[in-house]
Amino acid sequence: MKKLIEVSNLTLGYEGRKIIDKLSFDLYENDFLCVVGENGSGKSTLIKGILGLIKPMNGKIQYNDLKQKNIGYIPQETTVSKHFPASVYEIVLSGTLNSVGLLSFYNNEQKEKADNALKKLKIYNLKDKSFADLSGGQRQKVLIARALCATSKLLILDEPSNNLDYNSRKKLYEILKELNEIDCISIIMVTHDLDHSNLIGKHLLSIKEDDFYYGTVENYVKVIHHDR
Amino acid sequence: MIDSIIEMFSYTFMQRAFIVGILISLCAALVGVSLVLRRYSMIGDGLSHVAFGSVALATILGIAPIEFSIPLVIIVSFLVLKINNNSKISGDSLIAIISASSLAIGTFLVSIKGVNIDINSYLFGSILSLDKSDMIFSVILSLFVIILYIISYNKIFAITFDDTFAKSIGINVNLYNMIFSTLCSIIVVLGMRLVGSLLISSLIIFPTLTSINIFKKFKTVVISSVIISIITFTTGLTLSYYIATPTGATIVIVNLIAFIISYIYSILFQKKK
Repeated sequence: MKKLIEVSNLTLGYEGRKIIDKLSFDLYENDFLCVVGENGSGKSTLIKGILGLIKPMNGKIQYNDLKQKNIGYIPQETTVSKHFPASVYEIVLSGTLNSVGLLSFYNNEQKEKADNALKKLKIYNLKDKSFADLSGGQRQKVLIARALCATSKLLILDEPSNNLDYNSRKKLYEILKELNEIDCISIIMVTHDLDHSNLIGKHLLSIKEDDFYYGTVENYVKVIHHDR
Repeated sequence: MIDSIIEMFSYTFMQRAFIVGILISLCAALVGVSLVLRRYSMIGDGLSHVAFGSVALATILGIAPIEFSIPLVIIVSFLVLKINNNSKISGDSLIAIISASSLAIGTFLVSIKGVNIDINSYLFGSILSLDKSDMIFSVILSLFVIILYIISYNKIFAITFDDTFAKSIGINVNLYNMIFSTLCSIIVVLGMRLVGSLLISSLIIFPTLTSINIFKKFKTVVISSVIISIITFTTGLTLSYYIATPTGATIVIVNLIAFIISYIYSILFQKKK
Protein backbone atom coordinates (compact mmCIF):
# COMPACT_ATOMS: atom_id res chain seq x y z
CA MET A 1 0.00 0.00 0.00
CA LYS A 2 1.16 3.51 -0.80
CA LYS A 3 2.29 5.73 1.99
CA LEU A 4 0.78 9.22 2.04
CA ILE A 5 2.78 10.52 4.98
CA GLU A 6 5.95 9.09 6.51
CA VAL A 7 6.83 10.39 9.93
CA SER A 8 10.28 9.40 11.06
CA ASN A 9 12.01 10.13 14.33
CA LEU A 10 9.93 13.25 14.77
CA THR A 11 10.49 15.58 17.71
CA LEU A 12 8.06 18.45 18.23
CA GLY A 13 7.75 21.10 20.90
CA TYR A 14 7.76 24.78 21.80
CA GLU A 15 10.59 27.05 22.83
CA GLY A 16 13.04 24.21 23.23
CA ARG A 17 10.66 22.09 25.30
CA LYS A 18 10.03 18.70 23.75
CA ILE A 19 6.43 17.54 23.76
CA ILE A 20 6.68 14.66 21.33
CA ASP A 21 9.98 12.86 21.16
CA LYS A 22 11.19 10.52 18.42
CA LEU A 23 7.86 9.49 17.00
CA SER A 24 7.67 7.36 13.86
CA PHE A 25 4.63 6.13 11.99
CA ASP A 26 3.18 6.01 8.49
CA LEU A 27 -0.12 7.05 7.11
CA TYR A 28 -1.26 4.86 4.22
CA GLU A 29 -3.43 5.96 1.37
CA ASN A 30 -7.08 5.50 2.27
CA ASP A 31 -6.16 4.84 5.89
CA PHE A 32 -8.24 5.80 8.91
CA LEU A 33 -5.87 6.60 11.75
CA CYS A 34 -7.11 7.31 15.26
CA VAL A 35 -4.72 9.21 17.51
CA VAL A 36 -5.41 8.66 21.20
CA GLY A 37 -3.73 9.89 24.36
CA GLU A 38 -4.24 11.82 27.57
CA ASN A 39 -4.76 15.57 27.63
CA GLY A 40 -1.44 17.30 27.20
CA SER A 41 0.22 14.24 25.68
CA GLY A 42 0.90 16.11 22.46
CA LYS A 43 -1.92 15.10 20.13
CA SER A 44 -2.67 18.68 19.11
CA THR A 45 1.03 19.39 18.76
CA LEU A 46 1.32 16.47 16.36
CA ILE A 47 -1.55 17.86 14.28
CA LYS A 48 0.13 21.26 14.15
CA GLY A 49 3.31 19.57 13.02
CA ILE A 50 1.58 17.70 10.20
CA LEU A 51 -0.24 20.86 9.10
CA GLY A 52 3.04 22.74 9.08
CA LEU A 53 1.98 25.24 11.75
CA ILE A 54 5.07 24.40 13.80
CA LYS A 55 8.44 23.22 12.56
CA PRO A 56 9.93 19.91 13.68
CA MET A 57 12.76 20.25 16.19
CA ASN A 58 14.15 17.03 14.83
CA GLY A 59 13.27 14.23 12.45
CA LYS A 60 10.99 14.75 9.51
CA ILE A 61 7.56 14.44 8.01
CA GLN A 62 7.55 13.39 4.38
CA TYR A 63 4.51 13.97 2.21
CA ASN A 64 4.14 11.75 -0.83
CA ASP A 65 1.99 13.03 -3.63
CA LEU A 66 0.37 15.45 -1.18
CA LYS A 67 0.98 19.12 -0.54
CA GLN A 68 0.80 20.32 3.02
CA LYS A 69 -1.66 23.06 2.12
CA ASN A 70 -3.98 20.48 0.53
CA ILE A 71 -4.76 18.83 3.86
CA GLY A 72 -8.29 19.48 5.11
CA TYR A 73 -8.14 20.49 8.75
CA ILE A 74 -11.19 20.40 11.00
CA PRO A 75 -10.60 22.22 14.28
CA GLN A 76 -12.59 21.55 17.43
CA GLU A 77 -15.97 23.09 16.85
CA THR A 78 -15.67 25.06 20.11
CA THR A 79 -12.50 26.90 19.04
CA VAL A 80 -14.42 28.73 16.32
CA SER A 81 -16.40 31.73 17.49
CA LYS A 82 -20.09 30.80 17.73
CA HIS A 83 -21.40 34.28 17.10
CA PHE A 84 -19.27 35.04 14.08
CA PRO A 85 -21.33 36.84 11.42
CA ALA A 86 -20.79 34.68 8.34
CA SER A 87 -23.01 32.64 6.09
CA VAL A 88 -22.44 28.91 5.73
CA TYR A 89 -21.52 29.45 2.08
CA GLU A 90 -18.91 32.11 2.91
CA ILE A 91 -17.24 29.73 5.33
CA VAL A 92 -17.30 26.65 3.12
CA LEU A 93 -16.00 28.57 0.09
CA SER A 94 -13.03 29.79 2.11
CA GLY A 95 -11.79 26.19 2.13
CA THR A 96 -10.94 26.51 -1.55
CA LEU A 97 -8.50 29.35 -0.95
CA ASN A 98 -5.52 27.00 -1.29
CA SER A 99 -6.29 26.81 -5.00
CA VAL A 100 -6.62 30.54 -5.72
CA GLY A 101 -3.78 32.85 -6.63
CA LEU A 102 -2.64 36.16 -5.25
CA LEU A 103 -5.94 37.77 -6.13
CA SER A 104 -8.28 35.89 -3.88
CA PHE A 105 -11.32 35.68 -6.12
CA TYR A 106 -13.42 32.55 -6.47
CA ASN A 107 -14.19 31.16 -9.91
CA ASN A 108 -16.81 28.65 -10.98
CA GLU A 109 -14.59 25.68 -10.21
CA GLN A 110 -14.30 26.75 -6.58
CA LYS A 111 -17.98 27.51 -6.28
CA GLU A 112 -18.78 24.07 -7.65
CA LYS A 113 -16.43 22.50 -5.12
CA ALA A 114 -18.23 24.30 -2.31
CA ASP A 115 -21.65 23.26 -3.63
CA ASN A 116 -20.54 19.64 -3.84
CA ALA A 117 -19.15 19.67 -0.32
CA LEU A 118 -22.40 21.15 0.98
CA LYS A 119 -24.41 18.48 -0.81
CA LYS A 120 -22.16 15.68 0.39
CA LEU A 121 -22.77 16.69 4.00
CA LYS A 122 -26.48 17.27 3.28
CA ILE A 123 -26.37 20.88 4.42
CA TYR A 124 -26.97 22.50 1.04
CA ASN A 125 -30.25 23.86 2.41
CA LEU A 126 -28.30 25.76 5.07
CA LYS A 127 -26.15 27.51 2.46
CA ASP A 128 -27.46 31.02 3.11
CA LYS A 129 -27.99 30.57 6.84
CA SER A 130 -25.80 32.37 9.33
CA PHE A 131 -23.21 30.29 11.16
CA ALA A 132 -24.40 31.88 14.40
CA ASP A 133 -27.88 30.38 13.99
CA LEU A 134 -26.75 26.75 13.63
CA SER A 135 -26.65 23.95 16.17
CA GLY A 136 -23.34 22.49 17.32
CA GLY A 137 -23.71 19.47 15.04
CA GLN A 138 -24.53 21.63 12.04
CA ARG A 139 -21.59 23.91 12.73
CA GLN A 140 -19.33 20.90 12.72
CA LYS A 141 -20.69 19.76 9.36
CA VAL A 142 -19.91 23.22 8.00
CA LEU A 143 -16.33 22.89 9.18
CA ILE A 144 -16.06 19.44 7.58
CA ALA A 145 -17.45 20.82 4.31
CA ARG A 146 -14.89 23.63 4.41
CA ALA A 147 -12.11 21.08 4.94
CA LEU A 148 -13.42 18.98 2.03
CA CYS A 149 -13.01 22.04 -0.19
CA ALA A 150 -9.35 22.13 0.72
CA THR A 151 -8.58 18.47 0.09
CA SER A 152 -9.31 15.40 -1.96
CA LYS A 153 -6.88 13.21 -0.03
CA LEU A 154 -6.59 13.77 3.68
CA LEU A 155 -8.79 15.10 6.48
CA ILE A 156 -7.46 15.79 9.96
CA LEU A 157 -9.98 16.12 12.76
CA ASP A 158 -9.23 17.42 16.25
CA GLU A 159 -11.49 15.89 18.89
CA PRO A 160 -14.57 15.95 16.68
CA SER A 161 -16.75 14.07 19.16
CA ASN A 162 -16.37 16.56 22.00
CA ASN A 163 -19.63 18.29 22.86
CA LEU A 164 -21.68 15.96 20.69
CA ASP A 165 -24.41 13.77 22.12
CA TYR A 166 -24.50 10.06 21.39
CA ASN A 167 -26.67 10.34 18.28
CA SER A 168 -24.79 13.20 16.62
CA ARG A 169 -21.59 11.34 17.36
CA LYS A 170 -22.91 8.25 15.62
CA LYS A 171 -23.96 10.32 12.61
CA LEU A 172 -20.56 12.00 12.49
CA TYR A 173 -18.82 8.63 12.37
CA GLU A 174 -21.13 7.48 9.60
CA ILE A 175 -20.16 10.54 7.56
CA LEU A 176 -16.46 9.95 8.18
CA LYS A 177 -16.77 6.29 7.31
CA GLU A 178 -18.47 7.15 4.05
CA LEU A 179 -15.82 9.75 3.16
CA ASN A 180 -13.15 7.19 3.92
CA GLU A 181 -14.66 4.18 2.15
CA ILE A 182 -16.57 5.69 -0.75
CA ASP A 183 -14.61 8.86 -1.51
CA CYS A 184 -11.29 7.24 -0.60
CA ILE A 185 -10.18 10.12 1.60
CA SER A 186 -7.64 9.26 4.28
CA ILE A 187 -8.52 10.41 7.77
CA ILE A 188 -6.52 11.22 10.87
CA MET A 189 -8.74 11.67 13.89
CA VAL A 190 -7.60 12.76 17.32
CA THR A 191 -10.06 11.42 19.83
CA HIS A 192 -10.93 10.47 23.38
CA ASP A 193 -13.69 8.25 22.20
CA LEU A 194 -11.95 4.88 22.23
CA ASP A 195 -15.13 2.83 22.10
CA HIS A 196 -16.14 4.19 18.74
CA SER A 197 -12.70 4.59 17.24
CA ASN A 198 -12.31 0.85 17.74
CA LEU A 199 -15.17 0.39 15.38
CA ILE A 200 -14.17 2.75 12.60
CA GLY A 201 -10.40 3.22 12.77
CA LYS A 202 -8.02 1.04 10.78
CA HIS A 203 -4.79 2.05 12.46
CA LEU A 204 -4.22 3.52 15.87
CA LEU A 205 -1.51 5.72 17.31
CA SER A 206 -1.38 6.03 21.05
CA ILE A 207 0.75 8.80 22.52
CA LYS A 208 1.87 8.59 26.14
CA GLU A 209 4.86 10.81 26.97
CA ASP A 210 7.65 8.98 25.15
CA ASP A 211 5.83 5.69 24.98
CA PHE A 212 4.14 5.23 21.63
CA TYR A 213 2.01 2.50 20.19
CA TYR A 214 1.40 2.38 16.47
CA GLY A 215 -0.34 -0.48 14.72
CA THR A 216 -3.68 -1.81 13.68
CA VAL A 217 -6.67 -1.21 15.87
CA GLU A 218 -7.23 -4.97 16.26
CA ASN A 219 -3.76 -5.44 17.66
CA TYR A 220 -4.15 -2.54 20.05
CA VAL A 221 -7.28 -4.06 21.50
CA LYS A 222 -5.44 -7.35 22.00
CA VAL A 223 -2.49 -5.62 23.67
CA ILE A 224 -4.75 -3.74 26.03
CA HIS A 225 -6.61 -6.88 27.04
CA HIS A 226 -3.34 -8.69 27.49
CA ASP A 227 -2.07 -6.00 29.87
CA ARG A 228 -5.13 -6.32 31.99
CA MET B 1 -30.64 75.54 6.04
CA ILE B 2 -28.89 75.24 2.70
CA ASP B 3 -27.18 78.54 3.33
CA SER B 4 -25.78 77.36 6.61
CA ILE B 5 -24.50 74.14 5.01
CA ILE B 6 -22.80 76.19 2.32
CA GLU B 7 -21.33 78.35 5.05
CA MET B 8 -20.02 75.29 6.89
CA PHE B 9 -18.23 74.07 3.79
CA SER B 10 -16.81 77.50 3.05
CA TYR B 11 -14.28 77.03 5.84
CA THR B 12 -11.14 75.26 4.68
CA PHE B 13 -10.75 73.48 8.02
CA MET B 14 -14.25 72.04 7.70
CA GLN B 15 -13.56 70.83 4.16
CA ARG B 16 -10.40 69.14 5.37
CA ALA B 17 -12.13 67.68 8.39
CA PHE B 18 -14.82 66.15 6.18
CA ILE B 19 -12.41 64.71 3.63
CA VAL B 20 -9.88 63.35 6.11
CA GLY B 21 -12.59 62.18 8.47
CA ILE B 22 -14.62 60.30 5.88
CA LEU B 23 -11.54 58.56 4.52
CA ILE B 24 -10.27 57.65 7.99
CA SER B 25 -13.73 56.42 9.04
CA LEU B 26 -13.87 54.21 5.97
CA CYS B 27 -10.46 52.67 6.68
CA ALA B 28 -11.13 52.36 10.40
CA ALA B 29 -14.35 50.45 9.70
CA LEU B 30 -12.70 48.04 7.23
CA VAL B 31 -9.76 47.29 9.48
CA GLY B 32 -12.05 47.32 12.51
CA VAL B 33 -14.20 44.41 11.28
CA SER B 34 -11.22 42.07 11.40
CA LEU B 35 -9.81 43.45 14.65
CA VAL B 36 -13.11 43.28 16.50
CA LEU B 37 -14.07 39.83 15.25
CA ARG B 38 -10.64 38.46 16.10
CA ARG B 39 -10.97 40.03 19.54
CA TYR B 40 -8.08 42.40 19.04
CA SER B 41 -10.14 45.55 19.65
CA MET B 42 -7.87 46.68 22.44
CA ILE B 43 -4.89 46.94 20.10
CA GLY B 44 -6.32 50.12 18.58
CA ASP B 45 -6.79 51.56 22.04
CA GLY B 46 -3.26 50.68 23.11
CA LEU B 47 -1.71 52.08 19.96
CA SER B 48 -3.59 55.35 20.32
CA HIS B 49 -1.87 55.94 23.65
CA VAL B 50 1.46 55.07 22.10
CA ALA B 51 0.68 57.63 19.41
CA PHE B 52 0.02 60.23 22.08
CA GLY B 53 3.36 59.54 23.73
CA SER B 54 5.23 59.67 20.46
CA VAL B 55 3.58 62.91 19.32
CA ALA B 56 4.54 64.49 22.64
CA LEU B 57 8.09 63.26 22.15
CA ALA B 58 8.21 64.57 18.59
CA THR B 59 6.96 67.99 19.65
CA ILE B 60 9.64 68.27 22.32
CA LEU B 61 12.35 67.18 19.91
CA GLY B 62 10.99 69.64 17.40
CA ILE B 63 10.32 67.08 14.65
CA ALA B 64 7.22 66.62 12.55
CA PRO B 65 4.80 64.63 14.74
CA ILE B 66 3.11 62.52 12.05
CA GLU B 67 6.22 61.46 10.18
CA PHE B 68 7.82 60.55 13.50
CA SER B 69 4.82 58.82 15.06
CA ILE B 70 3.72 56.59 12.20
CA PRO B 71 6.91 54.47 12.09
CA LEU B 72 7.22 54.43 15.87
CA VAL B 73 3.66 53.23 16.40
CA ILE B 74 4.11 50.61 13.66
CA ILE B 75 7.21 49.28 15.43
CA VAL B 76 5.36 49.07 18.73
CA SER B 77 2.45 47.29 17.05
CA PHE B 78 4.88 44.67 15.65
CA LEU B 79 6.35 44.20 19.11
CA VAL B 80 2.86 43.66 20.51
CA LEU B 81 2.18 41.03 17.82
CA LYS B 82 5.47 39.29 18.49
CA ILE B 83 5.15 39.26 22.27
CA ASN B 84 1.50 38.30 22.01
CA ASN B 85 2.40 35.24 19.95
CA ASN B 86 4.92 33.75 22.31
CA SER B 87 4.82 35.05 25.80
CA LYS B 88 3.45 34.42 29.24
CA ILE B 89 2.00 37.93 29.47
CA SER B 90 -1.53 37.85 28.10
CA GLY B 91 -2.36 40.17 25.26
CA ASP B 92 -4.74 42.43 27.16
CA SER B 93 -2.42 43.01 30.12
CA LEU B 94 0.40 43.72 27.70
CA ILE B 95 -1.64 46.34 25.88
CA ALA B 96 -2.79 47.85 29.18
CA ILE B 97 0.83 48.21 30.30
CA ILE B 98 1.94 49.74 27.01
CA SER B 99 -0.92 52.21 26.79
CA ALA B 100 -0.67 53.42 30.38
CA SER B 101 3.12 53.78 30.10
CA SER B 102 2.95 55.72 26.83
CA LEU B 103 0.32 58.07 28.20
CA ALA B 104 2.40 58.61 31.34
CA ILE B 105 5.62 59.17 29.42
CA GLY B 106 3.91 61.61 27.06
CA THR B 107 2.40 63.67 29.86
CA PHE B 108 5.64 63.53 31.84
CA LEU B 109 7.74 64.75 28.91
CA VAL B 110 5.38 67.57 28.10
CA SER B 111 5.29 68.86 31.68
CA ILE B 112 9.04 68.51 32.29
CA LYS B 113 9.89 70.50 29.21
CA GLY B 114 7.25 73.01 30.05
CA VAL B 115 6.53 73.31 26.36
CA ASN B 116 3.47 75.20 25.46
CA ILE B 117 1.49 72.42 23.82
CA ASP B 118 -2.17 71.98 24.22
CA ILE B 119 -2.39 68.44 25.58
CA ASN B 120 -6.13 68.57 25.20
CA SER B 121 -5.90 68.79 21.43
CA TYR B 122 -3.96 65.51 21.36
CA LEU B 123 -6.12 63.75 23.89
CA PHE B 124 -9.45 64.87 22.48
CA GLY B 125 -8.57 66.00 18.98
CA SER B 126 -8.88 69.28 17.19
CA ILE B 127 -10.11 69.64 13.65
CA LEU B 128 -8.18 72.92 13.44
CA SER B 129 -4.91 71.00 13.66
CA LEU B 130 -5.43 69.20 10.33
CA ASP B 131 -3.20 70.40 7.52
CA LYS B 132 -2.55 69.50 3.91
CA SER B 133 -0.22 66.60 4.72
CA ASP B 134 -3.00 64.94 6.74
CA MET B 135 -5.15 65.06 3.62
CA ILE B 136 -2.47 63.56 1.42
CA PHE B 137 -1.72 60.85 3.96
CA SER B 138 -5.34 59.92 4.37
CA VAL B 139 -5.99 59.76 0.63
CA ILE B 140 -2.99 57.44 0.13
CA LEU B 141 -3.97 55.34 3.13
CA SER B 142 -7.54 54.89 2.05
CA LEU B 143 -6.59 54.01 -1.52
CA PHE B 144 -4.23 51.37 -0.16
CA VAL B 145 -6.81 49.95 2.25
CA ILE B 146 -9.52 49.79 -0.40
CA ILE B 147 -7.28 48.07 -2.94
CA LEU B 148 -5.98 45.64 -0.34
CA TYR B 149 -9.50 44.84 0.74
CA ILE B 150 -10.70 44.22 -2.78
CA ILE B 151 -7.85 41.95 -3.85
CA SER B 152 -7.53 39.98 -0.62
CA TYR B 153 -11.09 40.14 0.64
CA ASN B 154 -11.60 36.37 0.68
CA LYS B 155 -8.30 35.74 2.44
CA ILE B 156 -9.10 38.44 4.99
CA PHE B 157 -12.37 36.65 5.64
CA ALA B 158 -10.65 33.28 6.08
CA ILE B 159 -8.11 34.73 8.51
CA THR B 160 -10.72 36.63 10.47
CA PHE B 161 -12.96 33.59 10.80
CA ASP B 162 -10.30 31.02 11.69
CA ASP B 163 -6.63 31.90 11.44
CA THR B 164 -5.40 28.38 12.23
CA PHE B 165 -7.29 26.92 9.30
CA ALA B 166 -6.15 29.81 7.11
CA LYS B 167 -2.54 29.01 8.00
CA SER B 168 -3.09 25.32 7.32
CA ILE B 169 -4.17 25.98 3.74
CA GLY B 170 -1.11 28.07 3.09
CA ILE B 171 -2.32 31.65 3.61
CA ASN B 172 0.46 33.84 4.96
CA VAL B 173 -1.34 34.86 8.14
CA ASN B 174 1.71 36.53 9.69
CA LEU B 175 2.06 38.82 6.69
CA TYR B 176 -1.58 39.87 6.94
CA ASN B 177 -1.21 40.42 10.68
CA MET B 178 1.66 42.77 9.99
CA ILE B 179 -0.26 44.60 7.28
CA PHE B 180 -3.22 45.03 9.61
CA SER B 181 -1.00 46.26 12.45
CA THR B 182 0.57 48.78 10.10
CA LEU B 183 -2.80 50.00 8.85
CA CYS B 184 -4.16 50.20 12.37
CA SER B 185 -1.13 52.26 13.41
CA ILE B 186 -1.53 54.71 10.54
CA ILE B 187 -5.26 55.07 11.16
CA VAL B 188 -4.63 55.75 14.83
CA VAL B 189 -2.00 58.42 14.19
CA LEU B 190 -3.99 60.21 11.49
CA GLY B 191 -7.33 59.87 13.26
CA MET B 192 -5.91 61.03 16.54
CA ARG B 193 -5.53 64.59 15.22
CA LEU B 194 -9.19 64.58 14.38
CA VAL B 195 -10.91 62.89 17.33
CA GLY B 196 -8.11 62.60 19.85
CA SER B 197 -6.03 59.70 21.09
CA LEU B 198 -8.50 58.80 23.82
CA LEU B 199 -11.36 58.42 21.37
CA ILE B 200 -9.83 57.19 18.10
CA SER B 201 -10.21 53.50 18.94
CA SER B 202 -13.97 53.98 19.02
CA LEU B 203 -13.90 54.74 15.27
CA ILE B 204 -12.34 51.29 14.80
CA ILE B 205 -14.61 49.39 17.16
CA PHE B 206 -18.07 50.97 17.16
CA PRO B 207 -19.13 50.55 13.50
CA THR B 208 -18.47 46.79 13.57
CA LEU B 209 -20.23 46.29 16.89
CA THR B 210 -23.25 48.20 15.63
CA SER B 211 -23.27 46.27 12.39
CA ILE B 212 -23.01 42.75 13.87
CA ASN B 213 -26.08 43.46 15.97
CA ILE B 214 -28.07 43.73 12.77
CA PHE B 215 -26.31 41.72 10.07
CA LYS B 216 -25.30 38.07 10.04
CA LYS B 217 -23.16 37.67 6.94
CA PHE B 218 -19.57 38.78 6.67
CA LYS B 219 -19.98 40.68 3.44
CA THR B 220 -22.97 42.67 4.70
CA VAL B 221 -21.18 43.33 7.98
CA VAL B 222 -18.19 44.77 6.11
CA ILE B 223 -20.25 46.96 3.80
CA SER B 224 -22.64 48.16 6.49
CA SER B 225 -19.78 48.96 8.89
CA VAL B 226 -18.31 51.30 6.32
CA ILE B 227 -21.65 52.97 5.72
CA ILE B 228 -22.39 53.27 9.45
CA SER B 229 -18.90 54.63 10.06
CA ILE B 230 -19.22 57.35 7.42
CA ILE B 231 -22.75 58.33 8.46
CA THR B 232 -21.91 58.56 12.15
CA PHE B 233 -18.81 60.57 11.38
CA THR B 234 -20.53 63.13 9.15
CA THR B 235 -23.46 63.41 11.56
CA GLY B 236 -21.12 63.91 14.49
CA LEU B 237 -18.96 66.47 12.72
CA THR B 238 -21.96 68.44 11.47
CA LEU B 239 -23.59 68.41 14.91
CA SER B 240 -20.41 69.55 16.58
CA TYR B 241 -20.20 72.43 14.12
CA TYR B 242 -23.71 73.64 14.81
CA ILE B 243 -23.87 73.20 18.55
CA ALA B 244 -20.18 74.02 19.10
CA THR B 245 -19.19 70.83 20.92
CA PRO B 246 -15.87 68.94 20.77
CA THR B 247 -15.81 66.98 17.49
CA GLY B 248 -14.35 63.72 18.79
CA ALA B 249 -16.74 63.44 21.69
CA THR B 250 -19.73 64.27 19.50
CA ILE B 251 -18.80 61.58 16.95
CA VAL B 252 -18.38 58.98 19.68
CA ILE B 253 -21.75 59.89 21.17
CA VAL B 254 -23.44 59.52 17.77
CA ASN B 255 -21.75 56.12 17.46
CA LEU B 256 -22.96 55.16 20.92
CA ILE B 257 -26.52 56.09 20.00
CA ALA B 258 -26.30 54.06 16.78
CA PHE B 259 -24.97 51.11 18.77
CA ILE B 260 -27.78 51.30 21.31
CA ILE B 261 -30.39 51.43 18.55
CA SER B 262 -28.84 48.38 16.85
CA TYR B 263 -28.71 46.56 20.17
CA ILE B 264 -32.38 47.20 20.84
CA TYR B 265 -33.13 46.03 17.30
CA SER B 266 -31.24 42.79 17.91
CA ILE B 267 -33.15 42.13 21.12
CA LEU B 268 -36.53 42.85 19.57
CA PHE B 269 -36.12 41.04 16.27
CA GLN B 270 -33.51 38.37 16.62
CA LYS B 271 -33.73 36.67 19.98
CA LYS B 272 -37.30 35.51 19.41
CA LYS B 273 -36.34 32.40 17.45
